[in-house]
Amino acid sequence: MKKLNHVSRRNFLTYALVLLAYAVLQFLSVQGSLSYSLTGMLVPICVYVVMAISLNLTVGVLGELSLGHAGFMSVGAFMGTAAAMLLENAIPSDPLRLAVSMVIGAAFAALAGVIIGIPVLRLNGDYLAIVTLAFGEIIKTIFNNLYLAVDSNGLHVSLLGNIQGLDTDAREIIGGPMGIGSISRISSFTAGIILVLLTLMVVFNLVNSRAGRAIMAIRDNSIAAESVGINITKYKMMAFVTSAALAGAAGTLFAMNYSTITANKFDFNTSILVLVFVVLGGLGNMQGSIIAAAALTILPEALREFADYRMLVYAIVLILVMLVTNNPTIRMFLDQVRVRLIGRKKKEDFNDAV
Amino acid sequence: MTFLNYLISGISLGSVYAIIALGYTMVYGIAKMLNFAHGDVIMVGSYICFYAVTSFELPPLVGVIISVILCTVLGIVIERLAYKPLRQAPSLAVLITAIGVSYFLQNAALLLWSSNIKMFPSFFKFADENGELQSGVTLAGGQLNISYVTIVTIVSCIIIMVALTWFTGKTKMGKAMRAVSEDKGAAQLMGINVNATISLTFAIGSGLAAVAGVLLCSAYPTLVPTTGSMPGIKAFTAAVFGGIGSIPGALLGGLLLGVIQIFTQAYISQQLADAVVFAVLIIVLLGKPAGLLGKQIREKV
Repeated sequence: MKKLNHVSRRNFLTYALVLLAYAVLQFLSVQGSLSYSLTGMLVPICVYVVMAISLNLTVGVLGELSLGHAGFMSVGAFMGTAAAMLLENAIPSDPLRLAVSMVIGAAFAALAGVIIGIPVLRLNGDYLAIVTLAFGEIIKTIFNNLYLAVDSNGLHVSLLGNIQGLDTDAREIIGGPMGIGSISRISSFTAGIILVLLTLMVVFNLVNSRAGRAIMAIRDNSIAAESVGINITKYKMMAFVTSAALAGAAGTLFAMNYSTITANKFDFNTSILVLVFVVLGGLGNMQGSIIAAAALTILPEALREFADYRMLVYAIVLILVMLVTNNPTIRMFLDQVRVRLIGRKKKEDFNDAV
Repeated sequence: MTFLNYLISGISLGSVYAIIALGYTMVYGIAKMLNFAHGDVIMVGSYICFYAVTSFELPPLVGVIISVILCTVLGIVIERLAYKPLRQAPSLAVLITAIGVSYFLQNAALLLWSSNIKMFPSFFKFADENGELQSGVTLAGGQLNISYVTIVTIVSCIIIMVALTWFTGKTKMGKAMRAVSEDKGAAQLMGINVNATISLTFAIGSGLAAVAGVLLCSAYPTLVPTTGSMPGIKAFTAAVFGGIGSIPGALLGGLLLGVIQIFTQAYISQQLADAVVFAVLIIVLLGKPAGLLGKQIREKV
């Protein structure tokens, strides 16, 4: 019972953290003391937080390395935005249209998750990682060559080349390598925070349920889990598809924050970026993911005074953090320093699912 | 005849992939890590050779040798500073460090050499019987064009493969490498210096990356700080395709990938080539989860 209390206290702390950040940032932005560039980054920060939490579900909780998470984001971005454009007349209210298109984006991403999950989850370890990378690249290539247009006869879809025989009133929605243009920018910081809270709710409820414990049992020892009657494929799929759907919703929100969006925005580097958030925040630690995603999205902006050197500094910071947190010698040294300064040893991290 | 032309250029591209894939496969075999910075070592190698030949006006062969030496040193330095302190760390931490090194190399290149496209000079021009410089030979009455770059690439790949097979099979250091990749602890008990062996692997892989960089840029002469990324990912795919950790697998995977890519570009679609390459990889991995020539290790309870 005590453990349960501890877990739920920790989860409520996380919700409180997000709400506090929202209140502070909203207050600052009403006062007008947020810089222009930071205001523009509020939605992307929310998007990356959701991406990090959802990837943490695959990497931290399920324990499978995914290098193609941006692919699901891409599916959500394109399908969600296309849906928003088609529904422009049907749903005049912006927030409602955003919500509906995010659901549609998430649904398509979940579908992609099922299609990809069936072959991918048969593999293990690094092979699984490379196949998710491959799927990410395939999704990018497909969206780079996908054309979607609408006219009085309905929807027209084509891969490669423009669509022939359109009416004069036709409207192009997805234009191959040009992506989607003239998006009405209906994303807002409030919508982003609501998505973050929803994501946290979904992930926490999944992790602390019977299914979540089954998923973590598979991560810790799949053979033992199978031998006590856990259906490995089912629970792996559950985690993978949930993660994909959340990434899809984040993708829709991301796309609607810009006036144009192209497939190349969701490449291998984006997947890696999100993976860096997850690993730096701590595997299985959702709070860590939130902080890492927010901090690392702002960091290149904060390093602006270094101008050309900022990405170089970013790379060095990344390497140093990994060395400091993982090298036994450096860790021992830091522990000694801590003992000397504070006079006690740090409590061993408990409960952190690693 | 066009078919033969495509086949030859596919084999040539595949040879470059194979040489890069060797670096991935050897490092993976021995250190069990995905070295994502390998693609960027290729880029560094190409830049070094480019500047050695254009700014210092050294002969191409000297440029290549300098590039190989400097890349070898770079590989050893990266291993010492970034990967060695993480020997006992979880593999994800090492992966992120490798990504950090990759960012570092790309951005350092951006600062040092700017983002302007450099046109890599073509080294492989030889005089024909009339004394005119030609970039290739024409066979079968003008129907079959083979550039010298292609010939040099394929020959280099064969030489490297034979040399590496001999090295890992016959020499003491090569045997030590195989022993370390089989079982690190047991190898150490037998008196093998594991750290030195891992450094040697990085040195060989990075030296080969320099060769691959020069060959790649001779065939596709645009040189920018991100030149190495996509060939790096493709070669990594090739290594997995053939069975990561296996040297003949890297050759087979690289060649198949190159040929599939060129054929898809020629006969199906230029734009969809990457998707087809990756789709083939997925299909192969579903049938043979450890790659074409990979060892199937059964998990014990």
